[in-house]
Amino acid sequence: MKTVIVGCGRVGAAVADSFDQAGHEVIIVDTSTSAFDRLPTSFRGSAVRGDGTDEAVLRRAGAIDADIFLAMTEGDNRNVLMAQLAAEELGARQVIAKINDPVRAAAYADLGVATICRTTLMADALAAFLGMPLSGMPSVLPASDLHHARAHRDGDPEPAATTPSQEA
Amino acid sequence: MFVLVVGGGKVGYYLAKELIESGHEVVLMERDRTRADQIADELGSIVVAHDGCEGRYLGEAGANRADIVAAVTGDDEDNLVICQMAKHHFDVRRTIARVNNPKNEALFRHLGVDEIISPTRMVLGSIEQDIPVHELLHLAALGGGELEIIEAQLQYDSPAVGRTPGDLTIPEGCSLFAVIRDGAAIPLRPDHVFKTGDKVIAIGRNECEELLHEQLIGSPS
Repeated sequence: MKTVIVGCGRVGAAVADSFDQAGHEVIIVDTSTSAFDRLPTSFRGSAVRGDGTDEAVLRRAGAIDADIFLAMTEGDNRNVLMAQLAAEELGARQVIAKINDPVRAAAYADLGVATICRTTLMADALAAFLGMPLSGMPSVLPASDLHHARAHRDGDPEPAATTPSQEA
Repeated sequence: MFVLVVGGGKVGYYLAKELIESGHEVVLMERDRTRADQIADELGSIVVAHDGCEGRYLGEAGANRADIVAAVTGDDEDNLVICQMAKHHFDVRRTIARVNNPKNEALFRHLGVDEIISPTRMVLGSIEQDIPVHELLHLAALGGGELEIIEAQLQYDSPAVGRTPGDLTIPEGCSLFAVIRDGAAIPLRPDHVFKTGDKVIAIGRNECEELLHEQLIGSPS
């Protein structure tokens, strides 16, 4: 499986490493080369420096027709932009964007982008640990098929968003 | 008309100012409090000092009754999110986004933004008009971006030179309607013989571009 990850933070690097170890093709993109220090020396995928919101950069990095595209930068809106870019222009089959604002995360799930929200994820993890009531909001939202999204790829059922490793 | 302007940089500031002067109701959102206060001092209490990307604050600023939302921050991704939230969350009829990376124009349109303003494209357009190019010039987009007014300057190697409009294969959904020759615009007549230097003005759907390029400029080598 071809996996593209934008944002080589702790989560991005950890996911890149585990996908690589599982034998998948991994392309990881970040604006800063020093971010790639987080990758283990054993990493066999490709690490590309560049702005992941720029279509030209993603194409040069070979990020087309990915099976999985993960938008994992620290900017909610950047993630939103590149996720839609990947789905609409780069032929990514499954796209997940990290959106830390719960309102925006829900709004974009409605718009056809699967989202993961660290805010609800952590708040609920803490609440559960401390025996407090949970928010009741899902932290990983599959893309709603309400909005066309990948309707043009007919006969190809929308894959449900798989829950990534919960160890952020 | 009630216009919600998001982004209080130079563009947002002058936009709000002009709109107020022409009698429109305006609210401007600027997340930097210092900048917001500064604008409020000059334009009055029309400023909401919050991030327009946050649905909650868009609502508080009156997005649900806005006729137009204009997202003019310096960041393309923020402008996209503002327009999409306005459109899909608050049913705003008309959204306008400033786009810096010209490559984002088509994507934003495809994702539902009604109007795209690209300063980069505008400057590029006026530079292109000054130099002879072997390309089609995009003069304007119409009908929500589906139609374009295009100019082709015929070079000596253009396949159209020495021929009349009837000799060309004009793509369906496209029409050549004028020629600029020696600085004067003339309507295109069936007996017009194209010559080097003619600027042919066409209107058509985006998909026509390739065939139009082939007919007026020549096949890309």
